Amino acid sequence: MLNLMPRRESPLQSEFLQGTLDMLVLQSLVLGPAHGHTIAHAIERGSEEVLQVEHGSLYPALHRLEDRGWIASFWGTSENNRKAKYYRLTPAGRKQLLAQTTRWEQVVQAIGRILKPVSEKPR
Amino acid sequence: MSWLRFFRRANWDQERVEEIDSYVQIETDENLARGMTAEAARAAAQRKFGNRTQIREEIYRMNTMAVLDSLAKDARHGLRSLRHNPTFTVVALLTLAIGIGANTAVFSVINGVLLNPLRYPKPEQLVALRQLAPGAAGLASFSDGLMLSPSMYFTYSEQNQSFQSLGVWSPGTANVTGLGEPEQVRGIAVSDGVLQALAVPPAAGRWLSPADQVPRGPERVMLSYGYWQRHFGGARSAVGRNLTVDSRPREIVGVMPREFRFLNQDFDLIMPLAFDRSRAILAGFGFQGIARLKPGVPIARANADLARLVPVWMDSWTNGPGTNGKVYATWKITPAIRSLKEEMVGNVSDVLWVVMATIGLVMLIACANVTNLLLVRAEVRQQELALRSALGASRGRIAGALLVESLMLGVMGGVLGMGLAGVGVRLLLAIGPAALPRLGEISIDSRTFAFALMLSVLSGLIFGSIPALKYAGTRISEILRSAGRTASTSRQRHRVRNLLVIAQVAMALVLLVSAGLMIRTFRALRTVDPGFTHADHLQTMRIAIPASLIAKPEQAFRIQNEITDKVSAIPGVSSAGFASDMPMEGYGSMWDEIYAQDHTYPPGEIPPLRYYKYVSPGFFHAAGTRMIAGRDLTWAEVYNRRQLVLLSENLARELWGTASAAVGKHIREFTFSPWWEVVGVVQDVAENGVDAKAPEIVYWPPMMENMFGPGPLDVRRAVTFVVRSDRAGTEAFLNQVRQAVWSVNASLPVATVRTMQEVYDQSLARTSFTLIMLAIAGAMALLLGIIGIYGVISYGVSQRRREIGIRLALGSPLGTLQQMFVRHALLLTGIGMAVGFGAALGLTRLMTSLLFGVSPLDPVTYGAVPVVLAGAAVLASYLPARRAAAVDPVETLRAE
Repeated sequence: MLNLMPRRESPLQSEFLQGTLDMLVLQSLVLGPAHGHTIAHAIERGSEEVLQVEHGSLYPALHRLEDRGWIASFWGTSENNRKAKYYRLTPAGRKQLLAQTTRWEQVVQAIGRILKPVSEKPR
Repeated sequence: MSWLRFFRRANWDQERVEEIDSYVQIETDENLARGMTAEAARAAAQRKFGNRTQIREEIYRMNTMAVLDSLAKDARHGLRSLRHNPTFTVVALLTLAIGIGANTAVFSVINGVLLNPLRYPKPEQLVALRQLAPGAAGLASFSDGLMLSPSMYFTYSEQNQSFQSLGVWSPGTANVTGLGEPEQVRGIAVSDGVLQALAVPPAAGRWLSPADQVPRGPERVMLSYGYWQRHFGGARSAVGRNLTVDSRPREIVGVMPREFRFLNQDFDLIMPLAFDRSRAILAGFGFQGIARLKPGVPIARANADLARLVPVWMDSWTNGPGTNGKVYATWKITPAIRSLKEEMVGNVSDVLWVVMATIGLVMLIACANVTNLLLVRAEVRQQELALRSALGASRGRIAGALLVESLMLGVMGGVLGMGLAGVGVRLLLAIGPAALPRLGEISIDSRTFAFALMLSVLSGLIFGSIPALKYAGTRISEILRSAGRTASTSRQRHRVRNLLVIAQVAMALVLLVSAGLMIRTFRALRTVDPGFTHADHLQTMRIAIPASLIAKPEQAFRIQNEITDKVSAIPGVSSAGFASDMPMEGYGSMWDEIYAQDHTYPPGEIPPLRYYKYVSPGFFHAAGTRMIAGRDLTWAEVYNRRQLVLLSENLARELWGTASAAVGKHIREFTFSPWWEVVGVVQDVAENGVDAKAPEIVYWPPMMENMFGPGPLDVRRAVTFVVRSDRAGTEAFLNQVRQAVWSVNASLPVATVRTMQEVYDQSLARTSFTLIMLAIAGAMALLLGIIGIYGVISYGVSQRRREIGIRLALGSPLGTLQQMFVRHALLLTGIGMAVGFGAALGLTRLMTSLLFGVSPLDPVTYGAVPVVLAGAAVLASYLPARRAAAVDPVETLRAE
């Protein structure tokens, strides 16, 4: 297969962060279908503005997730009557979200175990 | 990523644009709701989203295969730029099309003749049974080796352990009557085993069976598909009907299919040989052997098998009482089985490979020319290329684009070339040697197609890679610099073009030398005295008088005599005669042991075998064969069966030193026959073509006593008549000749009507075919070479206009300037010729088998070709050099 990666690195390019963004997008769709704008704001708000991303960079992620069959899209009308593309979670996406979340928690715990003794050690 | 999405990626992009628009709209709405001004709201929304184009590009790239994408783009761009340079494109395409077309045409012939397997089932098992007999003096000049005798056939076919089936065959002619005009047809007589070996099932009816091979049994015949169509309209009911062959009815038992070829023979009928076992003797080596090997048996084992059977054969048969069969032991008969394909293709492969090689060289020269054109064009396009590189195109990308363009040029040239190849094949077949084997099997098949495609792509890569490598790395700074006044082009840029011209000249020299050698060969062949004169005034025709029509041999001879007289009486005929066959006709040769009376031969040893013919009185006079000593026979002497004979000069010299010494001496064939007096000696005749040594010949009278004692007289029933007349070959004359023949006997077909000139030309066909092909290749090479030199010098002149202008302004005479360019061309030509000489010295050795009377290092050819090439170089460079005169120094200086 050919290398499909773009040459210029976008902010969320590294594999780890990319996986994280995927997970966040999937999570934001758990409660029901949403369009790009909602998803972007949901992630920003949900992280209490800690995760500042260019909203545009969300779209390649959406495209990628749809390509893998984890989300599906349809055209609809937004809350304020604008035409918008909605995304919803597919069963495969739900399974993927679960798997990714589990893996994420394992990693966080593992890192936590490594870091804790250091931080708890009195100087 | 799916293929579908790859092709629909433009649609996808459109959808993304809408989606992004929708985001911006919603965000703007929200910003407005927060109380921002319309303008600020929109700007903030855009900012929030980020770089729109970059996002789109990122998604677009996710959907694409970069290589394919750029390839398509390059192809489109290439097509556009080819369209914009019609002159360049047409010249390049024509050069390529001619090159590829000529190569494909020649390849299709090589493919059909040499590469494709024979069209028989399991052709690799088929072999020709050749034998060598190094101990039989005289036989050494037999090109066919020693053929098989009927007794050999019996021993070999019954006792071998290596073959599935084995048989012998012999071509001949037969007269068919009862189907309209009497017609002489081509027949092939086969023993049992021949059709079984070839294993091609009949289209109708059945094969000849062993039951059809019984002597004096029921007489049967098989038809060729063509004969069946012509005379029976392809009706199945033909099988079972009778055909009158040589005045005897034969039952038609089967028809061979349309695609069936009997080796290289054209035939109408296949008849059984029906050997009589009780009358077979050791001798009679007149049949060709063919066999099918058992699966897995190599030729070496089959050879050993037959070698084992040679002594068995000598013990099993005899030549009659009082003869010793063991004499054949001194012949050292050795089986030399060849694959049937090798047998059929024979020495044509030499010619074809030489032609292929020369045409291949022309292709290389053509490629060099196109490369030159591309280089000039790349030079012109440097600004474009530099611009692309300045805009961020990588070196690889630009090289790729140039290469794609050349590849397209190559493939388009190839497509045109395929069209030309179709015409070329027809042309080749038209001028090809008549004896070119497997002619009907030549066509443009998938392998030829693959060859043309490969050639197109390969040539595209060859001539495309040089400019691609050279110009892909062009830097903008160089262009800016050279657009200014310091514009004398770099030496380095000229180097490639100079090298190409040198290569072209070298290859042209090789081709011209080859063509020159063939011309010299042809001239040498034309100067050989063939042993007959004014061939275009010699009408020949073949007439056979079957025993079933005229039973008594003497009566047949009288008819031949009468025909000779009637034909001689036609107005405008100066003389006529007949012989068992004319020189170069190739009806097969007859050889005999000849003893000279005053020579002693060691007991148990056989004297050298001599070629012999039967000629009528007056034949030599009609043919124009000079009488060296003595005299011709008279008709009365033949009727009185006087034992008088004529010899060829070389035989007379060999036996008695001089021609005149031979007159009055005596010879005989075999030890038991009477002595014959030599009455005349005639000049040597090139029986086997002018390029072969004239054989020693004994000329017997056309009617003789039976050699084996009392019995029917010995008469040639099938003879070639020769008539000398200024009107030879005209239709009116031929009608008169036919009427004369039919006034003697209306049942006699007149066959193989042609002038001796045609026979002579045909014997030179191989040489003239090679000559024509090499001459065409040489002419093309010369032309392309001239174009190449012209191109380089003319480009040099246009690039150095400024320099010329300055030199003129400084007072340099115009002539000196022009000489400068011509000298440059001559220098390139000189180097090219030096390289070419080296190559030619090696390569022309490979042609030795095609040459006659000229050494592969012929000084005349090697002297003349450089003169021609140098002359062409001067011409090709002088024309553009003259344009230097058009340079106006004032204008040039003003431009500075």
